[in-house]
Amino acid sequence: MSHDTDPPNPLVELTRARVREFLREPGYVFWVFGFPLLMAIGLGLAFRSKAPELPRIAVTSNVGSASAGVLSASAQLRTQLLSPADAQRALARTKVDLVVDQSNPQQPLVLSFDPAHEKAMLARAVVKDVLERAAGREDRVRVEERRPREQGARYVDFLLPGLIGLNLMGSSMWGIGYNLVLARKRKLLRRYAVTPMHRSHFLLSYFFSRSMFLVMELAVIIGFGRLVFGTHVQGSLAALLITSTLGAAAFAAIGFLIGARLSSTEVAGGWMNFVQLPMWLLSGSFFSYARFPEWLQLPIRCLPLTASNDALRRIYNEAGTLGSVSFELAVLAVWTLVGFAIAVRAFRWQ
Amino acid sequence: MTAATAPAIRAQSLVKRYGDKLAVAGIELRVEVGECFGLLGPNGAGKTTTVEMIEGLTRPDSGSIELFGVPWGSGRNRDLQERVGVQLQDTQLADKLTVEEVLRLFRSFYRQGRSVEQLLTELDLTAERKQQYQKLSGGQKQRVALGTALAGDPELLFLDEPTTGLDPRARQALWGIVQTFQKRNRSVLITTHYMEEAAILCDRIAVMDRGKIIALGTPRSLIDGLGLVQFVEFETKQALDEAALSALPVVENILRKGEGYHLRIDRSLNALRVVLAELERQQLTPIGLSTHQATLDDVFLHLTGRALKTDSAETHAGAKP
Repeated sequence: MSHDTDPPNPLVELTRARVREFLREPGYVFWVFGFPLLMAIGLGLAFRSKAPELPRIAVTSNVGSASAGVLSASAQLRTQLLSPADAQRALARTKVDLVVDQSNPQQPLVLSFDPAHEKAMLARAVVKDVLERAAGREDRVRVEERRPREQGARYVDFLLPGLIGLNLMGSSMWGIGYNLVLARKRKLLRRYAVTPMHRSHFLLSYFFSRSMFLVMELAVIIGFGRLVFGTHVQGSLAALLITSTLGAAAFAAIGFLIGARLSSTEVAGGWMNFVQLPMWLLSGSFFSYARFPEWLQLPIRCLPLTASNDALRRIYNEAGTLGSVSFELAVLAVWTLVGFAIAVRAFRWQ
Repeated sequence: MTAATAPAIRAQSLVKRYGDKLAVAGIELRVEVGECFGLLGPNGAGKTTTVEMIEGLTRPDSGSIELFGVPWGSGRNRDLQERVGVQLQDTQLADKLTVEEVLRLFRSFYRQGRSVEQLLTELDLTAERKQQYQKLSGGQKQRVALGTALAGDPELLFLDEPTTGLDPRARQALWGIVQTFQKRNRSVLITTHYMEEAAILCDRIAVMDRGKIIALGTPRSLIDGLGLVQFVEFETKQALDEAALSALPVVENILRKGEGYHLRIDRSLNALRVVLAELERQQLTPIGLSTHQATLDDVFLHLTGRALKTDSAETHAGAKP
């Protein structure tokens, strides 16, 4: 396993070092991969659109066993068997929507309900339908039912692209900015500076390791959304990948800028939060920013996280093409170019 | 001068200021190929600043530096960087990488160099190759740091206080590696505040204090420069008649450190006898009396009036005219 005959490649070794350092830190791995999934589960469940509740009915012990059996077996009803007195009490307390009673098996069934109560009317219709069908009624009118899936309209569909955006911001800024500051604090940057290492290799190693993790992060969030919430990417995966890469590059540029000179990790952490907090609030990761005042809309749309979120949402949920998100891509490109241009000039190895 | 005969290091009139503080106040230095040269002095003497200027890490305010006859110039000189290996003071390498991975990473920066296997063997780190850097002992970490400096098989090695904080065994292990390196006609510039380290490793030594070189020579010549002397050290809780002791013709100098006395006397058995007789006459009970031949520590003490490892302030009790 000796690599002695072929000397190691600096770009490969630097990139591998980045990746190894990341994967060997369980904390990083959790924040980058685990945390967004927990957010997706928590928020997705909390705001999921629920199926309408079934009508609740009580069937008294007086009701003949044939009818009682049919009603209990129906999947369209939630049926309880109660004594006549308990059934009337449950109705009075609106614990059930309707009571089915019968004085003796020869007499008709008696349905008691409050006609002012909307669900009681539904319960009545369902109970009669179930009993009639059980007695052999056939439908005379041919009816076809369609139940369109509400694709891309649920809260979780809105949320997932926002989580991707947040993840791009967090992992790119911390992964690059904090990492640089830490390396400077540990005097590792100046150790590199006295070797003949190509400085472009050093920078590119960040680019390559970030890109690899970006693909993994996307795969995890998209795969999870698909498996757990049945969310599909409506647009092309390539468009999503290109947009994510540009978003990650914009945040990397900001992280690089923060990490260009600082050698205190505490100060760097403060700057990270200072930069990220407004975007957490304004950029519409969790809720639409449309409610902010009109004059704030353009500034908000020019924030890199807003641009990422908007573009990702359009591609993810509305089958948007790259052309349809050109404004957002332009915003991200400007952040990337300006950020890197300043950071490269400001950068200090010690 | 052609590159073949050029010295490994030639530094002229180096000056470096940090704000008001003159860290390096005009230093001349020449290190020949194959030589191990030591910069010796207490903390804050300007050793690290000097070395970092020569390494190309810090730009001098004025003065010139050439390695192998090649000046550093104004920008980065990657060709020179290929030829030198650097171990900086307190660099922490990547915690999560293994010994082997760190060495391979640094090896990858150089066009040619030692293989990772060779390095592991030389540094005696074969057993620790899969250990993460953070789990190593202080001595092992320093050996890895030395390994990163040797990875490019340098012609010139810079070591900045390589053994500070290490136990004696770890220190000796490191010295062995440096000596092996130097035997291959390679050059070394080392800073230290351990006189013993300098005496063992270095062909020549420059003693630095307050940004200047105050003495230069081989360890032997510096010690001999003190004259034919020996040293007597003792402590006493009683009052010593310093004047009477100082008046003895064999006593050259008395330094006082708290309850302790440090005497420089003539290097003869008789001189020792005379001093002991005087202590007996004063009815003094010396505690922990010891004598020793001159060392580089005494050289520094003699040159500056201060001990190299200054823990407490010493008072200059009475030098003879």
